[in-house]
Amino acid sequence: MTTDTTQAANAHLNTPTRLTGSEILWATLVGEGVDTVFGYPGGAILPAYDALRKFPIKHILVRHEQGAAHMADGYARASGKVGVAVATSGPGATNLVTGIATAMLDSIPIVCITGNVSSKVLGTDAFQEIDITGITLPVTKHNFLVSRAEDLAATLRHAFQIARSGRPGPVLVDITKDAQQASAIFDFEAAKPRAYRPHPMLRVDESGLAAAAELIRSSKRPIILAGHGVSESGAMEQVRTLAERAQIPVALTLLGLGGFPASHPLNLGMMGMHGEAWVNHAIQEADLLIACGMRFDDRVTGKLASYAPNAKKIHIEIDPAEINKNVKAEVALVGDLRAVLEELLPRIGTRGQGGRDGSAWLKTIEASKGAVAVHDIKNLPDSGHLYAAHVMHDLWRITGGSAVVVTDVGQHQMWEAQYFHHEHPRTLITSGGLGTMGYALPAAIGVKMACPEKEVWVIAGDGGFQMTAAELSTIVQEKLKINIAVINNGYLGMVRQWQEFFYERNYEATPLVSPDFVKLAEAHGIPGRAVRTRSEVLGAVEAARSSQSAFLLNFLVEKEDSVYPMIPAGSALHEMIRRPDRDPLEERAEDN
Amino acid sequence: MLHTFVAYVEDLPGVLTRVASLFRRLNININSLTVGRSERPGLSRLTLVCESSAEAGDRIRASLFKLENVVDVDDIAQAPSVTRELALIKVAATPQSRSRIFDLVEVFRARIVDLTSESLMIEMTGVESKIEGLIEVLREDEGRILEICRSGKMTMRRGHHLSSVLRAMGAGEEEANAAAAVREEERMAAEPE
Ligand SMILES: Cc1ncc(C[n+]2csc(CCOP(=O)(O)OP(=O)(O)O)c2C)c(N)n1
Ligand SMILES: [Mg+2]
Repeated sequence: MTTDTTQAANAHLNTPTRLTGSEILWATLVGEGVDTVFGYPGGAILPAYDALRKFPIKHILVRHEQGAAHMADGYARASGKVGVAVATSGPGATNLVTGIATAMLDSIPIVCITGNVSSKVLGTDAFQEIDITGITLPVTKHNFLVSRAEDLAATLRHAFQIARSGRPGPVLVDITKDAQQASAIFDFEAAKPRAYRPHPMLRVDESGLAAAAELIRSSKRPIILAGHGVSESGAMEQVRTLAERAQIPVALTLLGLGGFPASHPLNLGMMGMHGEAWVNHAIQEADLLIACGMRFDDRVTGKLASYAPNAKKIHIEIDPAEINKNVKAEVALVGDLRAVLEELLPRIGTRGQGGRDGSAWLKTIEASKGAVAVHDIKNLPDSGHLYAAHVMHDLWRITGGSAVVVTDVGQHQMWEAQYFHHEHPRTLITSGGLGTMGYALPAAIGVKMACPEKEVWVIAGDGGFQMTAAELSTIVQEKLKINIAVINNGYLGMVRQWQEFFYERNYEATPLVSPDFVKLAEAHGIPGRAVRTRSEVLGAVEAARSSQSAFLLNFLVEKEDSVYPMIPAGSALHEMIRRPDRDPLEERAEDN
Repeated sequence: MLHTFVAYVEDLPGVLTRVASLFRRLNININSLTVGRSERPGLSRLTLVCESSAEAGDRIRASLFKLENVVDVDDIAQAPSVTRELALIKVAATPQSRSRIFDLVEVFRARIVDLTSESLMIEMTGVESKIEGLIEVLREDEGRILEICRSGKMTMRRGHHLSSVLRAMGAGEEEANAAAAVREEERMAAEPE
């Protein structure tokens, strides 16, 4: 990463030069703005690795290729740029698959580079040959097999264009070893992809906009459903203006959290399976849903037949294949959310100018919060128990909500979503669509590489943490300051919760023996501390924050606590399981 | 209902897999699929027929468009169009039994394209029902059917051209887009609510 390499790379970009395929690979990445890649070497990608030192690209050596894909994904989610993962052929490539699928289901732009055997032996089951373009076909937005050095630059540039355009997603470029070794003229400018062709079924027309404006104006009980598209499209301001101008409350999907400030008076909170009761009740009672960059996933709709039965739907979405997929829309505005809202907003009047008066509806929702509106559990007396919800709450308070939190998958993920209040986009990084355990630790490495100045917290369960804990060494090798909170309940908690509710407490295969996580961290050279009571939380979090190095906190929380409310899969949104009265968590909670 | 999609796709390795994989994912069986060169160099044209709900048409078309190698997709739906299929049928026939088959072939406006002392080959183009009709009567006849090879359906709209065709014929971008818009309007109008 010296200035020498930067100058050399820039020279390549400006004047067509003969380079090896390996050099073309890195030179093209530099040209596409890449300065960090996450990877793991092996025979079929060795020529590329050999050329790496000549280019101003930082390579992070991972401990498992799944981690490389998650890191690229975390990097992309935190920065909005394309993340890059590199792996060798065969097992290196197949190890990427879970990470690629994770990015696919959440529409994350990453480019994965894999080496493959020489083109002469493709299809012969040569050593470590695998048909990775075949394997990843259903989990990539697109993929390529490149067997000639002269095709590399154009293919890679095309890959970046595909990854970041329209509805973003992962792209894999498989490069044969001989293509890396051969040489070709590298002409970055000439390798530019053809102009991006937007999906031909995008449709934002006059009649649709007018119909949407009229539905909004005449609605009595409207709700904005804000999804991942809000931050992907950079439409935070526009959503906020819409909400404020027309006095419409905003409910968020898991990946939408942060797209609308948690502290905003119109923010209702998270919707769906573990959303607060008033949010889901409000959706069921609504007469208009304005879906902004969300796809009516089954985790947010519950049983479709009884979803928001009285509501008309306006669906603003960039992917035409999402329209009328799960929920039929009366008005579909198919395009980039921000651009659509820019066109829609001038048609929405404020209350003074013939716009709608939302006060009655807002009052109804406020009243429905009633006794369950437990926002602040700061003053909960220390009962000798440690609840994960309290840990989330305290983490939120202590970090001032400014940290980037990377969660794994399970109960802790839902508690984080409920109790850590996100004000800004890209501050909650989590695997929503695929729900990939093991995501958090590697993704956080990508996040930290993208935003070194930000405070980064991993929140992982004892189960998921063990799936990718090997990346602790990566953190140490790269000297990254990442704080890790393991929410240790001794169970695969979310599955145990389903067993408790739906399988008569038959806790089959969910009790979990774990190593002493503090010792495990120490073995890696990462200091840590175990936390057993509420009163220890603050000191522990401060110790982690003030430590120069990464730090691990092992929170030994209530073992059989569950996430409430919960809508059983396949039930209607209002049929939720509430926290039983005997449970002390909310009973004793009180505002200041 | 039966959906018929006509798509222009890049003529590259693996493109058909991507199209087929989409239908596999949606758990939709492909009833018929024909692919061949189109009027545009580098682009193949395919006609794909599948059985799915009426509402699924738009989503399938949108998903096809999302495939990087797919350049254009038309959902023929109920639009006026011509559909043809080609069949080659080999029938066991001795010099004695030939003449009856010749008569049948005449009635069905098919052609004999190969003749040996034990068999003959019939070529027939037409709509599906006509081909089925010929096969049926051949089966009823004692002439034994040895082999049947059917191309699957090929469909082309009557009247309006696909925008891509107009472009290929040298029409301006504007004209092509206008044609595409007309087509889209028609499609929306034909759509069952
Ligand atoms: C890779 C993977 N395997 C299995 C699952 C199914 N699953 C969802 S949550 C969960 C339990 C997670 O346990 P833990 O990491 O301890 O978190 P907790 O729920 O206890 O907070 C499991 C097994 C999954 N989401 N991902
Ligand atoms: Mg657990």
